[in-house]
Amino acid sequence: MTQVATDRFGAFGGRYVPETLVPALDALEIALAEAVADPAFERELTYLLETYVGRPSPLSDAPALSARIGASVWLKREDLNHTGAHKINNALAQALLAKRMGKRRIIAETGAGQHGVATATVCARLGLECVVYMGEEDMRRQELNVFRMRLMGATVVPVTAGTRTLKDATSEAIRDWVATCEDSHYIIGSVVGPAPYPRMVRDFQAIIGREARAQMLQRAGRLPNVVVACVGGGSNAMGIFHAFVGDPSVRLVGVEAAGEGLESGRHSASLSKGVPGVLHGTLSYLLQDADGQVHPAHSISAGLDYPGVGPEHSFLRDSGRAEYVSVTDGAALHGFQLLSRLEGIIPALETSHAVAWLAEQAGRFPADDAILLCVSGRGDKDVGQVSTMLDLEGKA
Amino acid sequence: MGSASATISSEPVLTERLRTLRAAGRRALVCYVTAGHPDADASLRLLRELPEAGADVLEVGVPFSDPLADGPIIQGSSQEALAQGVTLGRSLDLIAEAKSSAPVVLFSYLNPLIAAGPEVLQRAHAAGVSGVLVTDLPVGADPAREAWLGSGPLEFVRLVAPTTPAERMAEIARHGRGFVYLISRLGVTGVHQGVAATLPETITRLRGVCELPICVGFGISSPAQAREVGALADGIVVGSALVQAAGVGGVDAALALVRGLRAALDEVAG
Repeated sequence: MTQVATDRFGAFGGRYVPETLVPALDALEIALAEAVADPAFERELTYLLETYVGRPSPLSDAPALSARIGASVWLKREDLNHTGAHKINNALAQALLAKRMGKRRIIAETGAGQHGVATATVCARLGLECVVYMGEEDMRRQELNVFRMRLMGATVVPVTAGTRTLKDATSEAIRDWVATCEDSHYIIGSVVGPAPYPRMVRDFQAIIGREARAQMLQRAGRLPNVVVACVGGGSNAMGIFHAFVGDPSVRLVGVEAAGEGLESGRHSASLSKGVPGVLHGTLSYLLQDADGQVHPAHSISAGLDYPGVGPEHSFLRDSGRAEYVSVTDGAALHGFQLLSRLEGIIPALETSHAVAWLAEQAGRFPADDAILLCVSGRGDKDVGQVSTMLDLEGKA
Repeated sequence: MGSASATISSEPVLTERLRTLRAAGRRALVCYVTAGHPDADASLRLLRELPEAGADVLEVGVPFSDPLADGPIIQGSSQEALAQGVTLGRSLDLIAEAKSSAPVVLFSYLNPLIAAGPEVLQRAHAAGVSGVLVTDLPVGADPAREAWLGSGPLEFVRLVAPTTPAERMAEIARHGRGFVYLISRLGVTGVHQGVAATLPETITRLRGVCELPICVGFGISSPAQAREVGALADGIVVGSALVQAAGVGGVDAALALVRGLRAALDEVAG
């Protein structure tokens, strides 16, 4: 009997997929269990994480930002990973898993292009064929990442359906997989999709929180009072939250994209404004209308521009273990500049949402609080877009 | 058979239709249309006139914003229907208004059904729907919602894929009502040439564990394919080809396609 009904986070998660994919997900489940039980898999993954990705990623103190906020802020530097974001932690582990399963062709979806670049990178390193689906709108917004992927030998397929962003790229990647599941592996880039993906991606990203927790204990001599991360699908957030879920004193804060404002109808704040529904194989909070049609998301950041969210975040929200807030496009632009000016770190627009929330909290924390912020990625990919926007505002 | 014993007084409509066809040696022609495509009037005409052209069962697709099991043709038809405001509620209105002489199976993704609330199955039944098929709810995925769909007034049709192992086929057959929808090939809906080489072997495996009639869909569009598959299965499902014909050539082109498929299927009997 298949495990389809059991792999859930409370009521959320599950496997709402076409029948064709059920055996492929069963096989993935089995291969994953075998891999994590095999010391050789762990060894190879650790070796590549250390010598290729550059782990452990540093924990930086942030003196100027700390002074601004009125509490000590620590930055977990996933932006310093090879390819510039946390995405490669998961892409590398899944690619190794695909190799173990004898699958030589990799499919991925991408929004901002960070997951696509990470996947193209590990495929080049491991000698795997790589096909990345990317919305036409996102290809325009993230031209440079498209070039990076192609440079490393990936095929980038423009998706022209629907909103031409991450949602439709994900649908198209799933359609590819339904046709090719016997010889292809689909590397989903976030803690979304059908089981076992949300748990598997979380476990492959949990190294962020494991390292950060140990680094905090060593450097600050204590656990943080608050852990904050941006949430689109939510993989960097789950990755850093996971190690702290069992520490009741640690407040977990996920920051969603409020786009042009929560009341504008143009945002990506699934946990703040969505209702539970099924998209891309999982039951989770979802932006949708009364007829169950998925509502297009909006964010200044292509990586957060997704109407759904990982099912474990929905569970953490409803159980009260984590809280979810949101900041607007404008606030994120401010966060982008703030971390650049104060700390000499240009954050990704995704990360800028977490920075912006923190900036809004200035003066509200007790002075001896420690706050851990996940710098999920670097902002090099965004400087073109941001410079245009700031020019328009006359602020550059 | 389990499906018949589930009712009190009479056999459910879909089961009865398939049993009658089987007894007569006639292969079932199941015709898929997207509700509201190419427009509401054409949709009504299709629902009314397809039975006369040779359809035995109608599948009516509920337009959905993110149809991940569908290829470009049905995706496009869903987008066009949604643009005209046709969602689940309007789909049921069209079915009620058409009063088709063939049993209607509602073909939907799960999310619009969840959003419509628990009473939607009664509403659908009142509108004249006999069966329901959910593309993204495989057997075992969500027992509570499967029980809801399976114990209501509609016959819950389940799908088998070429990748489904034999023991799971048996499980699916136990849960299915009306007929089993066998997906003929890997991939999404669409128009293809020929028949997947693995199909005969898949049907043989399924027959070994399944007493329900087997209707084969995905990629069947031509009379030649209808003959070939009709010789192996109890029926065929035509979807994308029909939607494409209706979209490009209108209702008459769709009816002509169905007449051709009917004639081809009728060459296979017994």
